[in-house]
Amino acid sequence: MAAPAADASRPAAQEELIVLQDVHKIYQMGTAQVKALAGVSLSVRRGGFWAIMGPSGSGKSTMLNLLGCLDRPTRGRYVLNRHDVSTLSDDGLSEIRLREIGFVFQSFNLIPQLTVQENIELPLYYQGWAAARSAERAEELAAMVGLGDRSGHRPTELSGGEQQRVAVARSLANDPSVLLADEPTGNLDSATGQQIMELFAELNRRGKTIVLVTHEPHIAGYAGHRLHMRDGRVDRIEAEA
Amino acid sequence: MHRSRAIRNIRLGIKNLMLHKLRSMLTVLGVVFGVGSVIAMLAVGEGASREALEQIRKLGSNNIILSALKPVEDEQTSGRTAFMSMYGLLYEDEQRIRQTMPAVVRAVPVKHVRKEGRLGERALELRVMGTTADWFAVVNRPVLAGRKLTQSDLDGQAAVCVLTEYGTRRLLATEHTIGQSLRIGGDYYEVIGIVQSEQSSGSIQTPDQEVDAYIPLNVAQARYGDISMRRSAGSQEMEMVELHMILVQVRSSDEVEPTADAIQSMLKRFHKKEDYRISVPLALLRQAEATKRTFNIVLGSIAGISLLVGGIGIMNIMLASVTERTREIGIRRAIGAKQRQIIGQFLIETIVLSTVGGLIGIAIGMMIPWLVTRLAGMPTIVPAYGIVLSLCISVGVGIVFGLYPAVRAAKMDPIVALRHE
Repeated sequence: MAAPAADASRPAAQEELIVLQDVHKIYQMGTAQVKALAGVSLSVRRGGFWAIMGPSGSGKSTMLNLLGCLDRPTRGRYVLNRHDVSTLSDDGLSEIRLREIGFVFQSFNLIPQLTVQENIELPLYYQGWAAARSAERAEELAAMVGLGDRSGHRPTELSGGEQQRVAVARSLANDPSVLLADEPTGNLDSATGQQIMELFAELNRRGKTIVLVTHEPHIAGYAGHRLHMRDGRVDRIEAEA
Repeated sequence: MHRSRAIRNIRLGIKNLMLHKLRSMLTVLGVVFGVGSVIAMLAVGEGASREALEQIRKLGSNNIILSALKPVEDEQTSGRTAFMSMYGLLYEDEQRIRQTMPAVVRAVPVKHVRKEGRLGERALELRVMGTTADWFAVVNRPVLAGRKLTQSDLDGQAAVCVLTEYGTRRLLATEHTIGQSLRIGGDYYEVIGIVQSEQSSGSIQTPDQEVDAYIPLNVAQARYGDISMRRSAGSQEMEMVELHMILVQVRSSDEVEPTADAIQSMLKRFHKKEDYRISVPLALLRQAEATKRTFNIVLGSIAGISLLVGGIGIMNIMLASVTERTREIGIRRAIGAKQRQIIGQFLIETIVLSTVGGLIGIAIGMMIPWLVTRLAGMPTIVPAYGIVLSLCISVGVGIVFGLYPAVRAAKMDPIVALRHE
């Protein structure tokens, strides 16, 4: 599609982190086939900040699931940080998620029986970090998102904004090459949502690649690129100059 | 690092189970009872066979003990009048056994009489055992001082006696008493040796007693004859008994029971009345084994059913828990947990659950044998291997019944799991 061309203006030195080539995703619903993605090509460079927008049913959730390696394309190629992930096994996808991806969800998705620190440590636990080292890193991340004093609390003892900060800290624990956020402000009031978006913007300034899904234009306004989807295709891409 | 991970996993498992304390406890009851029954079963079985082995040790597994038994009708007719009852084993019985049964290694005739033994000021009611040197070969007790009876004592009709440790102590004798004379009834005997006494405990009837004094059989025959008089409240009773006991030692334990049967049918032929009793120590072992088997079947079934029901209960709860925690599973998978790590997490939880049940079961299982001993008087021993076995069973139940829920958790589609409310 038109997507690769949109980035042509960018400095060539910046490497392409995400490359989608003619990606299709078809779901089998009983006897009917549903085309969630009908040939998407896209290229995201390292350090980019993208917002995926579109009406419901446009395929933006499917996009995010594919980008997040939670699902495989039915057809087409997906290369993430030089790994071709289109044909990986379940274990292979898990490994990619563990090393390369950080997720932030609309409903925070913290594990309620774990403390803030334990939630942040979760990716490190699966990476096999030693307890002391991973506790130290969790401490740093908690401090970074401004929750240094809440490490021992349970998620239910925190406000929505605080919970989302914990989720952001968790998504950064494995130092992912890309941060994927699915309507990260959807469950927050606008002031708190703005704080979270400021946090994302700050992370992007420090070089983190971010892709977020939203339907709110003012949230998408934080992103450098806005990708509009319609009927499983890329409708258009707006880029800040 | 791997050990610390395992500990973390176990701690997490405990934490999750502690969120539902009552539910977890109820879930585990089946395993508790199952393991309890396993322990109780093993303890009772072990106790029974240990007791039987103890008896065998004391009585000798290759031995058959024949003893004289006063027939019931004689007991009744004796009444007030003086009456001579004739019963018991015959000298000929002993000869026949020795001569006609090739499996018999030794046959030891015993004639006993109760007499008072006197040494200086001290007196003790003794059971004077007229026997042969072979007695000491069959009832093998350590000699503490002096020597046992020998064939030459019998050949020379020597007036000698061997005391037991107990008798020696009661008569205030020491090893220096050896060579001195002991008065038994109206006769004098030279004390030639002291053997260790075996006190019969509980249901075990050993052929020897603490108050025994052993003298040559022919001396007993000559001095006391076959007729004894017993005076009891207003009646006087004469008894004629040739031999009170015959100990038979058989070549091998395989031949014990056939030989006992042969002796039985032989005695039946020569005795009009049933004035003897045959006891076979080996049969006690068989009986103990039968008891053990019955117990094992009953408690084994209880254990099996409890463990099955307990396991199904655990599986049921874990399935519910997996459904409840669908979202958690989705989160963990999204973060990068592999399927086998999810399986591991849930499996550890079930194993922790069933192991805790197993430990409680072991505690209860150790109280049951204690109660059985207390109330029924049956000996019980909780064997160490039983505890290990029970722990293995509980872990096994955890694995077997936890695997399906764990696999189900791991196989969930992370996208669907994340959307779960």
